Amino acid sequence: MMRGRLATALQAPSVLALGAWMLVPLSMTLFFSFQRYNLLYPERSGLAGFSNYEFFWTDPAFGPALANTLLLVGSLLVVTVVLGLALALLVERAFWGRGVVRVLLVSPFFIMPTVNALVWKNMFMNPVYGLFAVAAGWFGAEPVDWLAEAPLLSLIIMLSWQWTPFAFLIFITALQSLDAEQAEAARVDGAGYWSRFRFLTLPHLARPIAIVVMIQSIFHLSIFAEIFVTTGGGPGYDSTNLAFMIFSQALLQFDAGVASAGGVFAIILANIVAIFLIRMIGRSLVV
Amino acid sequence: MGLVYFFPILWMFLTSLKTELQAIAIPPLLFFEPTFENFTLIQERSDYFKHALNSVATSFGGTAIAMALAIPAAYAMATAPGRWTKDLLLWMLSTKMLPAVGVLMPIYLIVQKLGLLDTRLALAVIFAMVNLPIVVWMLFSYFREIPAEVVEASRIDCRRTRDTIRHVVVPLGWGGIASTALLSVVLCWNEAFWSINLTAADAGTLAALVASFSSPEGLFWAKVSAVSVLACAPIMVLGWFCQKQLVQGLTFGAVK
Repeated sequence: MMRGRLATALQAPSVLALGAWMLVPLSMTLFFSFQRYNLLYPERSGLAGFSNYEFFWTDPAFGPALANTLLLVGSLLVVTVVLGLALALLVERAFWGRGVVRVLLVSPFFIMPTVNALVWKNMFMNPVYGLFAVAAGWFGAEPVDWLAEAPLLSLIIMLSWQWTPFAFLIFITALQSLDAEQAEAARVDGAGYWSRFRFLTLPHLARPIAIVVMIQSIFHLSIFAEIFVTTGGGPGYDSTNLAFMIFSQALLQFDAGVASAGGVFAIILANIVAIFLIRMIGRSLVV
Repeated sequence: MGLVYFFPILWMFLTSLKTELQAIAIPPLLFFEPTFENFTLIQERSDYFKHALNSVATSFGGTAIAMALAIPAAYAMATAPGRWTKDLLLWMLSTKMLPAVGVLMPIYLIVQKLGLLDTRLALAVIFAMVNLPIVVWMLFSYFREIPAEVVEASRIDCRRTRDTIRHVVVPLGWGGIASTALLSVVLCWNEAFWSINLTAADAGTLAALVASFSSPEGLFWAKVSAVSVLACAPIMVLGWFCQKQLVQGLTFGAVK
């Protein structure tokens, strides 16, 4: 066996780098969050106590941002898992051109988030020239200014389009490892499609579903690019999530103190989610 | 159905071949005489190649750093798992859950203090750190599948571990290493948060370039589409070829 010391030495660079990447900024965030620190007024410094937290907490954007963050994560999880599962079940059966369909279905996932947002913003949701507006015109309906009237729904649409392929890809990969003989045996024994789905496919997919939920939660808790490109958090705070709110505190208002307090808050929220997820899913990954 | 789902991408591609007037025509044009002028205009006006080069440099640079750190670590974890290996892997996974916004301010200030704001180096290092957990996990799950006897035998033949890694692990794990690197490049390429926040004119990547078209004057749809096509096409094609690896990497080896 390899000696323990050598193994440690080989792992050390990664662990130290990652540790530094995590701990240094984290402790700085924590430190700043108790400081009076605005990049525009460097002379006003000193201990701020909890005032940054209070400021962030009482910001009129805070309530909506928190609600929007959770709403985005929740609805995206439901939409992508259900839709991804449906698509995977449809494509699973062999048919002519399946490979092509699969490639087409997966493609949106490789699109850059900023491109995704721009395509939807301009070519679909634009109230005058967008395809949705044109389609509404065919039916004689009033065109909708999607991003102004339903910003959150618009974001959910474009993000679902991008992330359903992810769920689909994982489900279809998992489905292909399902024991075909078992399914065949169940069919011969007279099990209908639904009971086969219910008792065979769904249990088989339990773990992939859990993983999709975990990974998407990680990514969706801090959605940023799509909001930055499309709505800029507006109108009002209607599509501001925590990530975007902290961003605007930090780089638009240059208030490092308040932004750090927000950062601490985001980290706590992410950790609450993470603890649940790791407990639930993470352990089973390593075995 | 596949086509319906793919339609936005197709539409983007078609729009990139239109003139600006055709792009916003009502009713929308499905058939038209394609033009390539948008692609040349884009290069003239916003220096596409510079951004593309930045994207290539940061993606590959970040991947190289991450791989250099991760290969020895994953090798040690896979062949000589210790008491802490499991916890270490889970801890790495947990760093992935740290929201980037939470550390935006400190990272921004550190990079600024080091005078590295708007440089490719800073972005590459950050990309490496962001992807390191995924890279380690993925390599770990590949290396674990190299038969223990082979590694054991080579350890007797090659006296030094470096030789074992170079002559046995890398050749045998080549497929895994390649697909891990590929996935890492894809993830870096599409990364937007750090690119937008830490770069400006010099080190801006394609993701940042595209984001800069979000302003109202970005109503030049055909040109935006042309940039987007150029920015996405290489990665989409890469993605098609590495679907399987992608699943394995993104699920931390749990779904194969």
